[in-house]
Amino acid sequence: MIGIRTPTRLIAILLAVGLLAAACGSDSTESASGSSGSCDEVVTKVDGTLTVATGETVFPPWMGAGDDDFDDPSTGTGFEGALVFALASELGFAAADVTFVRTPFDTVIAPGAKDWDFNIQQYSITAERDEVVDFSNGYYQVEQAIIGASDSPAASAGSIGDLKDLRLGAAIGTTSLTYVDDVIEPDAPAQVYDDNAAAKAAFDAGQVDAIVFDLPTAYFVTAVEITDASIIGVLPRTESPEELGMLFEDGSALVPCVNDALATLQSNGTIAALEDEWLNQGGSVPTLGN
Amino acid sequence: MFASTSTLLDQEGARAAIIAVVSTLVFFGGAIALVVTSPNWPRVRDQFFNPDDFAAAAPNVVRGFWLNLELFGWSMLVIPFLALVVAVMRSLRGPAFLPIRLLAVAFTDIFRGIPLILLVLLLGFGVPALQIGFLPNGAQFWGLAALSLSYSAYTAEIYRSGIDAVPESQRSSARAVGLTQWQALRFAVLPQAIRNVVPALMNTVVSLQKDVALVSILGIREAVREAQIYTTRTFNYTSYLVAAALFLAISIPLTRFVDWYTARDRAQRSQSLV
Repeated sequence: MIGIRTPTRLIAILLAVGLLAAACGSDSTESASGSSGSCDEVVTKVDGTLTVATGETVFPPWMGAGDDDFDDPSTGTGFEGALVFALASELGFAAADVTFVRTPFDTVIAPGAKDWDFNIQQYSITAERDEVVDFSNGYYQVEQAIIGASDSPAASAGSIGDLKDLRLGAAIGTTSLTYVDDVIEPDAPAQVYDDNAAAKAAFDAGQVDAIVFDLPTAYFVTAVEITDASIIGVLPRTESPEELGMLFEDGSALVPCVNDALATLQSNGTIAALEDEWLNQGGSVPTLGN
Repeated sequence: MFASTSTLLDQEGARAAIIAVVSTLVFFGGAIALVVTSPNWPRVRDQFFNPDDFAAAAPNVVRGFWLNLELFGWSMLVIPFLALVVAVMRSLRGPAFLPIRLLAVAFTDIFRGIPLILLVLLLGFGVPALQIGFLPNGAQFWGLAALSLSYSAYTAEIYRSGIDAVPESQRSSARAVGLTQWQALRFAVLPQAIRNVVPALMNTVVSLQKDVALVSILGIREAVREAQIYTTRTFNYTSYLVAAALFLAISIPLTRFVDWYTARDRAQRSQSLV
């Protein structure tokens, strides 16, 4: 039928109005209930087992820090690895009842129920993130360090001001990147890498002058991964330094229980002892000025 | 653009149009209703479609997008010419030119065969690490190089198919009239070949504009990387929506332009046959 033309203008207008109305329809915002309160009983996803999630590859000094343990969190080596087992025993689980699962970053923050009890992966606690997930209390306060080659322009830096005109790098999603972007504020925006391996590759390629890591990772990286770089200095703390916390799904009832266990471990000195064992590599590292 | 309502509704086929619209609304409205009444929708909406986060993420993502456009612009300067050189190299006749043809074949095989993301890693991190003195070591330069080499290989093949589509009689009559091989190529074959493949070339351009985002793995803070940074920082995905909107803002007009150009070219050709 050649006679009838559907007037496209009319269709377009009506469709646009109709779909807009439909999409803007639902307006209710539920805020998830906070998980404050006390710990009545320890309820886990799988009865009798503590399911702990961590990153797809784990690195020393956080997990898998023994000589033959690379990428094996179940050995309980490394600061976070040992912390998990200490927490498990406080919560009433034997070491054999702890299971580890691996999660890529995006599934952790996606909405919906999870099949693990908590996730431990050097997540820093921020208010924005707290709206989406729940955090335990902090178990470690993060200090940032800057590493570079001894002949790089960064080696002679004595303060943050000296760093502003350098090409800096950091790994994505880390407190280090937040520190570089918000505190150092270099003239050229910092290069952002997917992981330590990419940062190392960029360093070898001479594409960055210096890279910022948290201090424990900096020790590991300069000792093992980027051996021709050294720690130039520790960066000055901000007024409210970021703390690492365990990540729970929003509204998890396990949070107060874990917080209680954490408080016990802190007051009886276990956490300090773990820090000394895994995170303080000794040696004197200069602190940069503001 | 907006005629009065009565004129619109009086048009022929207005009834058919209204039926079409109603059925579309029912179909899509049903699908949307299914989504927004699902139990977790408010949470998902806050995390994926949040207007506050959209506004907060926009400045950085837009700044990163300028970098995408810059890299896109540079690669558009390099690729058409590099690809043409390779295509011509491959179409040269005569036994003396065999090594040149082999070189062209190797080029297209290698740079089409290696996934672009791998090429970006190899060239972006690998080559500068060799510390060859005279070569630059910047991430942007090598990201651009990887994009250009990969897309030149694809484009060279497109040119070659265009060249092959030109009837052999064109080349032989050009030779018969007294043109050399080069002149035949330049005046008779190539103009027709390129005209044949303009739609395919333009499709490649649209694809390239998005693949520029792959250089982000070298640490370059283009739009997708800035969106990722925002997401890892706030656990909110809306920044990806900002990046998607920016890419669409470029690619949709580009595709409409390709459609218009193709239609106009077809109209011109059918006219010239009369």
